[in-house]
Amino acid sequence: MASTIRVRAIASGDATQVQALISHPMDSGFVKDSKGQLIPAHHIDVVEFEHNGKVVFTCLWGPAVSKDPYVKFSFKGAKKGDDLKVSWVDNKGQSDSSVAKIG
Amino acid sequence: MNDFSGAPRQTRRTILKGAVGIAVLGLGGVSLMTDAHAAADAKAWPDKAFSAKGEADALKALYGKTGEPSDKVNLDAPEIAENGAVVPIAVASTLPNVTGIAILVLENPNTLAAAYKIPEGTEASVASRLKMAKTSKVMAVVESGGKLFTATKEVKVTVGGCGG
Amino acid sequence: MLRKLLIAVAMVAGAAQPLFAADAASDPKGEFKAFRDYFTNRFPKVALDDFVNGPYSMDEGLRKQWKAIDEFPPYDFAIDKGKEMFATPFKNGKSYGDCFPNKGIGVRQDYPQFDAKSGQVITLDMALNNCREANGEKPFDYTKDDMAALTAYMAFTSRGKPMNIKIPDDPRALAAYTNGKRYFYTRRGQLNFSCASCHVQNPGNHIRTEVLAPALGIMNAMPIYRSAWGGMGTTSRRLRTCNSQVRGVPLPGESEEYRDVEYYLSYMANGLPISGPGTRP
Repeated sequence: MASTIRVRAIASGDATQVQALISHPMDSGFVKDSKGQLIPAHHIDVVEFEHNGKVVFTCLWGPAVSKDPYVKFSFKGAKKGDDLKVSWVDNKGQSDSSVAKIG
Repeated sequence: MNDFSGAPRQTRRTILKGAVGIAVLGLGGVSLMTDAHAAADAKAWPDKAFSAKGEADALKALYGKTGEPSDKVNLDAPEIAENGAVVPIAVASTLPNVTGIAILVLENPNTLAAAYKIPEGTEASVASRLKMAKTSKVMAVVESGGKLFTATKEVKVTVGGCGG
Repeated sequence: MLRKLLIAVAMVAGAAQPLFAADAASDPKGEFKAFRDYFTNRFPKVALDDFVNGPYSMDEGLRKQWKAIDEFPPYDFAIDKGKEMFATPFKNGKSYGDCFPNKGIGVRQDYPQFDAKSGQVITLDMALNNCREANGEKPFDYTKDDMAALTAYMAFTSRGKPMNIKIPDDPRALAAYTNGKRYFYTRRGQLNFSCASCHVQNPGNHIRTEVLAPALGIMNAMPIYRSAWGGMGTTSRRLRTCNSQVRGVPLPGESEEYRDVEYYLSYMANGLPISGPGTRP
């Protein structure tokens, strides 16, 4: 199965800029389906980014984060060729993770 | 569910469940994720903060305190959202020792939209895409040196982001 | 307020439409120039290639949000899926690439085409389903999901290439072009709007809360990820939505009228770059 996580991590000098796009419905629990039934909340709760065993960024997300969620941030201490691990878990206990190379 | 993995995990869970504990223990400058682990941890999710209504309740539940406006918090959000379902919002700050950033949408059914943990070595900036139910003030909150600083901007929404 | 806006639009739309005289014979080359000049004269500050960006070429506030989203766009997943589908053979061992020139890479800008054998306009979407059926596979729904993934990938491989629609010297091709043009300028639905009412008479203006896209280059960004849909949609999906929005009856995907209007509008956009897949509000 294709990964739900797309990452672009670019090192420039000491800073690495990370952009991640995750495929996820992020259902808020407020929307009804075509039959008028509420679609239950199904959204990512936590996203973690890890470099060299250290967590460099954590997202705590709720139902107000857009579908196919996106995040961009920047951290120091990595260099080109290093691994960046991304993992997420949602409110139904589903999860996915991916390792990207910093470019 | 019983957790027999030892003291550090118990302590972390206690801290995360009751954000009031952070202020009391004076751990404002410490990253909350002190132990390395393999995957994102669902237990870290601050459920009370995410179901809080209103700015004060959401911030008290998340950080144990409330904030004051600061011009050192930069909130980039559109004046009129093209669609409330996907509103690009960015927050950055020149404040020192930033440990967290949160984004609140005051007119949303639940005020807290997203929160970010910023360990040392990570820049105090984040860009994301959020849902807005209707025209609302958006508030960026930055946790710096144990205190909260905010910036607010009104974003007009003509097509609601919650399915309307 | 809404009533006033709609009446105003209807009145403007009712004024003489210089681009189409109902009884005149079609003159694609002349009409191409008139169409192009109308938009470039009305919007002298918009770069010609920018028209393909729809409402974003018309509104600075929208454009800024689009740029933020396009930095890492949600249609990336559809492109990946399309690429994977292209690489996966059918049960009979053949694949999509076998149905197209250059294995289907970098050919989107040549569609729609007039097919002399069947005597009708073939859009990219239809060509893909024809390919499936010719190889023993069931056709896809024309509006989203798998079809949108395939066309997203093919559009992506053609990014930047100029639209390249041909009207061969065949009266049936000219008839299809004329039929598309007629569909575009015909009023329909309870709101009694034609496509032109919004996209020729009122580009850059608001209808309810949306900023209207110019008709010039309006097909070049297809398929699109719309925030309103929370997902991908094809040309058929967008045309059906447009029909519903004027409270008319949506046609089945890739109906003859839809294919012909896509043929007409794509010909009008010849030379403008393929920008698809795209994002829209």
